[in-house]
Amino acid sequence: MSEFRFAVNVLPKPGILDPQGRAVELSLPHLHVTNVSKVRIGRRAELTVTAPNESEARVVVDGLAKELLSNPLIEVFTVELLEATSSVASTSAAAPSAGAGAAS
Amino acid sequence: MRIGVVTFPGSNSDVDSLNAVSVAGVEAVSLWHESPDLQGVSAVILPGGFAYGDYLRAGVIARFSPVMRGVSEFAATGGHVLGICNGFQVLAESGLVPGALLRNRSLRFASKIVAIKPERLDSPFTRAATGEPIRVPIAHGEGCYYADDETLDQLERDGQVLFRYVRPDGTPALDPDDPSNPNGSLRAIAGVCNAAGNVAGLMPHPERMSESILGNDTGMQLIRSLVDSAAEWEAAGRPGPVAGRRVAAIAESVR
Repeated sequence: MSEFRFAVNVLPKPGILDPQGRAVELSLPHLHVTNVSKVRIGRRAELTVTAPNESEARVVVDGLAKELLSNPLIEVFTVELLEATSSVASTSAAAPSAGAGAAS
Repeated sequence: MRIGVVTFPGSNSDVDSLNAVSVAGVEAVSLWHESPDLQGVSAVILPGGFAYGDYLRAGVIARFSPVMRGVSEFAATGGHVLGICNGFQVLAESGLVPGALLRNRSLRFASKIVAIKPERLDSPFTRAATGEPIRVPIAHGEGCYYADDETLDQLERDGQVLFRYVRPDGTPALDPDDPSNPNGSLRAIAGVCNAAGNVAGLMPHPERMSESILGNDTGMQLIRSLVDSAAEWEAAGRPGPVAGRRVAAIAESVR
């Protein structure tokens, strides 16, 4: 088994009013910034999935992103892989199959 | 007959809702979030508050609680479910009513009395209403009703819009920036129901205006509607939801 560290980035869907983004935009003149626009504020979750390979880990992350971390009616998300590490040593006896961490 | 009120960790209007049900003359039963057992109640209220701290998105964590399994099954068998404020958010996140509740357009938590008007008086949740605008409190940070245009058109066509925020003259506060529209809700929508018509959510708090000691009892019109519908449902032997478009059929017949 390996450990896969993912980030899930969630943003309001294009076209949906984002009052936080608008509030940030309205603050820009106070910073004398005039060339920044289209601010969108979202959220980011980072999580670690333990799985035999990256594709199986991605299935888990995609499911969570759709079901829990975002609301598909109002938000869109992207998933990025941050890090993949073999956890064979750390889980010791839990992985007797000794399957070489194929993805790491 | 008994009506259940769910308590999630962070619910704060559960006791108010239990009280309103009692004032309506019905036994009120507290339902704990960790059990899917609804104890045979005849209707369920999901109350206001901040279930599970409103972390991630308001209502989403509550959606996965054991009691919501019971509530979903109850709704699927035709039982009446009313979500108030945070309860509306839980229903929307669960997909039991259409749409989503976004951060208030003003970005401010809105705590005040607003005027809403029932769109129709033939629904299980408005049958005891007079049809006049009623003044009820709101207290929420995420109450801006959103659905895409196509869905909004469909909801209006099928009679699923139950309440709108109205201006002092009684007309809907359709402009999201109208001061009578407290959160920027699209088409001034304050409450909707599902296609079958047995699950409804609204942002305002009728239970907090349910007896004169609270300043006014106009909210009792909605609590009374739920009680009457639950009683009728019990008397009829708990019939299942009429497949598809019961509400639409009614809306059509009214035209």
